[in-house]
Amino acid sequence: MKRNAILVHALLIIGGVVTLFPLLWMVSASFMSNGESVTWPPHLVPHAATLDQYRALFVRLNIGRAFFSSTVIAVVTTLFSLFFNSMAGYAFAKLRFRGRERMFGLLLTALIIPAQVGMLPLFLMMKSMHLVNTYWGVIAPSLASVFGIFLIRQFMLSIPQELLEAARIDGAGELRIYWSVVMPLARPILATLAIFTFMTTWNDFMWPLIVLSSDAHYTLPVAIASLSAEHAVDVELMMAGSVLTVLPVLLLFLFLQRYYIAGLMVGSVKG
Amino acid sequence: MKPETRAAALFLTPALVVLIVFFFIPVIAGFALSVTDFDLYSIGDIHNLRFIGLHNYATVVRNDVFWTAFFNTLYFSIVGGPLTVATSLAAALLVNAKVARWKAIFRTIYFAPVVTTLVAVAMVFRFLYHPRFGVINLLLAKVGLPQADWLGDPRFAMPAIVLFAVWKNFGYNMIIFIAGLQNIPEDLYEAARIDGAGAWRQFRHITLPMLGPTFLFVGIVTAIGYLQLFAEPYVMTHGGPVNKTLSAVMLMYQQGFKWWRMGYAAAIAFLLFLVIGAATVLQMQLQERRR
Repeated sequence: MKRNAILVHALLIIGGVVTLFPLLWMVSASFMSNGESVTWPPHLVPHAATLDQYRALFVRLNIGRAFFSSTVIAVVTTLFSLFFNSMAGYAFAKLRFRGRERMFGLLLTALIIPAQVGMLPLFLMMKSMHLVNTYWGVIAPSLASVFGIFLIRQFMLSIPQELLEAARIDGAGELRIYWSVVMPLARPILATLAIFTFMTTWNDFMWPLIVLSSDAHYTLPVAIASLSAEHAVDVELMMAGSVLTVLPVLLLFLFLQRYYIAGLMVGSVKG
Repeated sequence: MKPETRAAALFLTPALVVLIVFFFIPVIAGFALSVTDFDLYSIGDIHNLRFIGLHNYATVVRNDVFWTAFFNTLYFSIVGGPLTVATSLAAALLVNAKVARWKAIFRTIYFAPVVTTLVAVAMVFRFLYHPRFGVINLLLAKVGLPQADWLGDPRFAMPAIVLFAVWKNFGYNMIIFIAGLQNIPEDLYEAARIDGAGAWRQFRHITLPMLGPTFLFVGIVTAIGYLQLFAEPYVMTHGGPVNKTLSAVMLMYQQGFKWWRMGYAAAIAFLLFLVIGAATVLQMQLQERRR
């Protein structure tokens, strides 16, 4: 039994080191001076830690602009999706109307349709609406999501119907019931949805790459992918860019992982 | 109209408008696009657009590059998918082991790559795989194993991307597996132990069968995700060397958004959709038969 415990922990620690190493190396290399990570034998930690790479990113390459774009897009998308998805999820869970189950089932089938199928027409549509190379072009398609509606609906199914009926008898209107009775109860799942949406939007690559055409609007992932074309050899600089991109979502996850993992579970219950 | 119906209409409208306008209509339009010759000339003047039936599909399936991209994508999914799921299950078993301590810490560490930005960590791995200065070759040299030009050698480029994808994604399925493991009633193991079943037989005859629905879920989610391979080769290899890591979505992106052959690209996207649908149905039937 004792040997078993040692083996399990040895494997857990090896797995942990392998998992963490790339992230630690990224951070370490981002504090190195130019060319230090490509010396032989390679350094794993900087000789003399420096902020040169970050300074270059902000001062010379104006990465702050991409940081700003990413933040605006992720925050606005998150706020809207909280409203739109919670309203729809509430209707599917608690309001009775004809064709409800069939409509919801139809929405769920959308989960197996790859987004790329619609991307070509979507781009042409954005072009005709003059939304190419704007924040709204990135944001608009994510204002609501099938997954978000599903997440909210599953949670709200457990809100007792009597609570809503009681509010109706007291003369509360439907909007009021949604806003003052349902939404306060839904806070944990709203937190989950907010983190999910923020992270997905922040990390998204393909659609922003397609719809944004100038670096004035690039999000961080698009900006560093485009930087890497010119600065492929500047390892330390690219690592600083990666740290800037990854750090916000990683911190968000570390502090709010309880909500994030709860969301994963809801998603997997029904399959 | 009943007030409840009216309220439902009000609450559903914003989300449904977004989904219909920005998802369902584009998907249907995507199919329509695939039976036209939409290209740069049609962007200039829509009157140049012609209906050409299944001509794009015929051109696609006669194109060697398409089949290269198609088989690369299948390779990535068929090798990478099961490898990821197996790693996830192993991690879940370890974290969930009765003797294991600091479970929450290990779970957080293993999950961390999932929340990182794909483009950023792909950049990290591009340097870890560097033939001369990459840490991976350095370690291989230390233990006396042969080194490789991971992303530059046609034989190793796709396996290298597969390993990166396993690192990036195994934590997601691990969480689902942990939930599945915790749902298995403890008395099943109790009874098996009384009957003298060892660890392996308990795993083989209790854990694996009881995880059936979980396998179906992670299998489908992983397959759908992996068949859409794009950012990894885009950042790490640009589809090279010699198209060895060119994926179906990448080909669609190049044809559609670089050369503006949008009708042709839409046909590629639709073929991919069919493959994803087929992979989903296939896994559901496999699971059905096992019951």
